[in-house]
Amino acid sequence: MFKILTKQELAPNVKMFEMDAPLIARKAQPGQFVILRIDEDGERVPLTIADFNREKGTITLIFQEVGGTTQLLGKLNEGESILDLVGPLGKPTHIENFGTVVCVGGGIGIAPVYPIARGMKEAGNNVVSIIGARSKDILIYEEEMAAVSNTLHITTDDGSAGHKGFVTDPLKQMLESGEKIGLVVAIGPVIMMRNVAETTRPYGVPTVVSLNPIMVDGTGMCGGCRVSVGNENKFACVDGPEFDAHKVDFAGLVTRQRMYKPQEKSHSEHCANHGKGGCQCHSH
Amino acid sequence: MSLSLEKHKMPEQEPKVRAKNFSEVALGYTAEIAKAEADRCLSCKAAPCRQGCPVGVDIPAFIKHIKENDLDAAITSIKNVNGLPAVCGRVCPQEEQCEKHCVLGKKGESVGIGRLERYAADYARHKGEVVEKVKYAADAKKVAVIGSGPAGLSAAGTLAKLGYKVTIFEALHAPGGVLMYGIPEFRLPKEIVQAEINNLRKMGVEIAVNAVIGKTFTVDELMEEEGFSAVFIGSGAGLPHFMGVPGENLNGVYSANEFLTRCNLMKAYKFPECGTPIHVGKKVAVVGGGNVAMDGARTALRLGAEEVYIVYRRSENELPARREEVHHAKEEGIEFKLLTAPLEVMGNEEGWVTGLKCIKMELGEPDASGRRRPVEIPGSEFVLDVDTVIIAIGQGPNPLVQSTTKGLDSNKKGNIIASDETGATSKPGVFAGGDVVTGAATVILAMGAGKKAAAAIDEYLTAKK
Ligand SMILES: Cc1cc2nc3c(=O)[nH]c(=O)nc-3n(C[C@H](O)[C@H](O)[C@H](O)COP(=O)(O)OP(=O)(O)OC[C@H]3O[C@@H](n4cnc5c(N)ncnc54)[C@H](O)[C@@H]3O)c2cc1C
Ligand SMILES: Cc1cc2nc3c(=O)[nH]c(=O)nc-3n(C[C@H](O)[C@H](O)[C@H](O)COP(=O)(O)OP(=O)(O)OC[C@H]3O[C@@H](n4cnc5c(N)ncnc54)[C@H](O)[C@@H]3O)c2cc1C
Ligand code: SF4
Ligand code: SF4
Ligand code: FES
Repeated sequence: MFKILTKQELAPNVKMFEMDAPLIARKAQPGQFVILRIDEDGERVPLTIADFNREKGTITLIFQEVGGTTQLLGKLNEGESILDLVGPLGKPTHIENFGTVVCVGGGIGIAPVYPIARGMKEAGNNVVSIIGARSKDILIYEEEMAAVSNTLHITTDDGSAGHKGFVTDPLKQMLESGEKIGLVVAIGPVIMMRNVAETTRPYGVPTVVSLNPIMVDGTGMCGGCRVSVGNENKFACVDGPEFDAHKVDFAGLVTRQRMYKPQEKSHSEHCANHGKGGCQCHSH
Repeated sequence: MSLSLEKHKMPEQEPKVRAKNFSEVALGYTAEIAKAEADRCLSCKAAPCRQGCPVGVDIPAFIKHIKENDLDAAITSIKNVNGLPAVCGRVCPQEEQCEKHCVLGKKGESVGIGRLERYAADYARHKGEVVEKVKYAADAKKVAVIGSGPAGLSAAGTLAKLGYKVTIFEALHAPGGVLMYGIPEFRLPKEIVQAEINNLRKMGVEIAVNAVIGKTFTVDELMEEEGFSAVFIGSGAGLPHFMGVPGENLNGVYSANEFLTRCNLMKAYKFPECGTPIHVGKKVAVVGGGNVAMDGARTALRLGAEEVYIVYRRSENELPARREEVHHAKEEGIEFKLLTAPLEVMGNEEGWVTGLKCIKMELGEPDASGRRRPVEIPGSEFVLDVDTVIIAIGQGPNPLVQSTTKGLDSNKKGNIIASDETGATSKPGVFAGGDVVTGAATVILAMGAGKKAAAAIDEYLTAKK
């Protein structure tokens, strides 16, 4: 069992847990993720390790309540536990001194960008971060990102905070100004990652994205997380989750993410009806 | 006494009924049938059957005990060499192993050795086995076992009996390996696997689930920091192969591993009470002809598919699956498209499978495996109308442990190189066995390898003292 030490609401439907997980904290690196299961009947769900504290033996998870499992998770409180937590999974971000690194985070994707930005800063990079959300009230991690960035740009679709527009706008400006950029790291909705890839492609700036296909085991055993990268099938859980953005088949990724749309709705409804404690089917 | 030339049939669920449920297909011998089947055994002195058993079960001896109605003695005799008889009795390819060599097989059917083994094991489980906790010496050494499939379980059990403190590290949330996530409930009830695993726990074996070696710990850390004097690697062959044909990433295309894991381990058949969904579709093609393919096909049928095809590029004779499973699959209504090879998965604009384009094959000259090589018949392409495709064309070893362990040699295919006899690898103190060494094989071979390695580990650690 893995205990939730603290719980915080960062934005509507976005929650942050600090979890007691010393073995995972000891090994965690930016870019890696965990897979959790709430209870005996739960689904295995991947979440990025948004932060870790090796001394305290804790990891931080930030999640958006998008469907049945994340809604159930959101109902758990401090002091309660989940059944399974495994990690750190996936390959860590490749961190070195690239000169200037642009870290782009969209929506919930800001959380996983944070440890990467921090790592890049520690490695001596000039870190320019661009974070964006639909509007101000769902923008997370502003202060944290400011603390690990040399420059921070904020964008919102509706202009309620920072620049009105998309995260690609400041990025484009930088590229057009001819500023030398060593690497761009972008995490967020697929459409955002694809737009970042298309923005940097003409300039030939190396760009890395973190993909979130549907996963089951997270160890390379099922192949459910396969994505086409440079026309080669890769398993995102073990070969990734980070890949060269200019080679990713984003259209294929979007299609595969939709595989369980009808089922997701019925699971979400089931969970809502059965409330906290989740799917009480232990007796069947 | 006139003895039947045929094996006694095992009572089974009716095909029509069982194709709709996940309960075990074969119900097991009754006491009367078991006795009658045991009576067919001639108790041969030479006992050729024993040569066919990779772990050398004393077949005439245990069958004699059944004849004499001394089931406790029967199970004790089997358990001396085989830690998982309830599993082996059910899933061993007996027709290729013990039963292949039985003298009765020359004139009629061999003795039903597997069925009798299962009978004795089920008797013991129902009666409730008494498992003694191992008494560890004050200076007992620690041994780590990676993976909780049959190889890991049998290594762990043997080592514990020898007085070692064993911890099994398992990547998934439930121990058992393929026995849990791969082989379906209707062939191997999970309750049986869990009973065996609980016996290990009662003996004193620790099982750490959610522990991915190579990530949570490396092998080197286990030995240098966590105090394990030796390591056994039984991480299996879990990496699914895909065909490399167009359309393989369409929605509705599964590896057999994913399809079976969703159903067996994650209980997707109870969705939405259980959170993991599965897509089954109305018409399903399963590519491949082994046990994995049969399991995928029969599972799809039970999940509600209306038509299920096995698509296999060789002929009936070459099907690598156990005969019994092919027979069961046919009885349940699975259709076999033999001498047929897939060329492409067809899809619609939304990215969903709409069909499987295939080509007919004929058998040509023998290939490296000694089997006649299938060759395409030009112009024989056709489209099989399906909405789900399950790929069961084989698995390779997962590279996670190999790629993170210093000084551990693997071959070109990624299998760990280890001695047949001892499981010793290129790294001192590290042993390996089961599918990770041999490539996808069988439960009993994996168990045998685990056992041999345990003995070798004992020798290694004793010599080191
Ligand atoms: C490597 C990785 C890291 C991730 N990190 C985060 C994170 O830090 N914070 C966060 O909020 N989300 C993250 N996600 C996404 C998160 O896993 C999904 O939102 C979650 O699984 C949804 O489950 P659900 O039952 O609540 O929703 P559902 O209703 O089941 O699904 C909603 C959406 O989530 C996707 N999804 C469903 N099941 C899975 C699954 N088993 N694996 C992956 N995606 C799935 C579906 O494609 C769908 O678009 C990450 C995904 C991956 C692969
Ligand atoms: C669907 C299916 C049906 C089959 N049917 C039959 C049959 O009828 N008869 C028969 O004899 N054989 C059958 N087989 C083959 C048989 O199951 C295997 O040969 C056998 O299970 C191999 O045992 P193993 O212990 O080597 O590996 P596995 O059973 O594969 O177990 C390996 C375990 O190691 C774990 N692991 C892997 N990597 C790591 C890591 N890095 N850290 C921690 N843990 C790790 C895995 O999660 C897994 O639990 C079947 C196989 C499949 C897939
Ligand atoms: S373990 Fe398998 S091969 Fe050996 S006797 Fe039993 S059924 Fe036959
Ligand atoms: S060969 Fe057949 S008849 Fe002879 S001992 Fe073995 S099982 Fe019995
Ligand atoms: S999640 Fe199963 S292989 Fe990646």
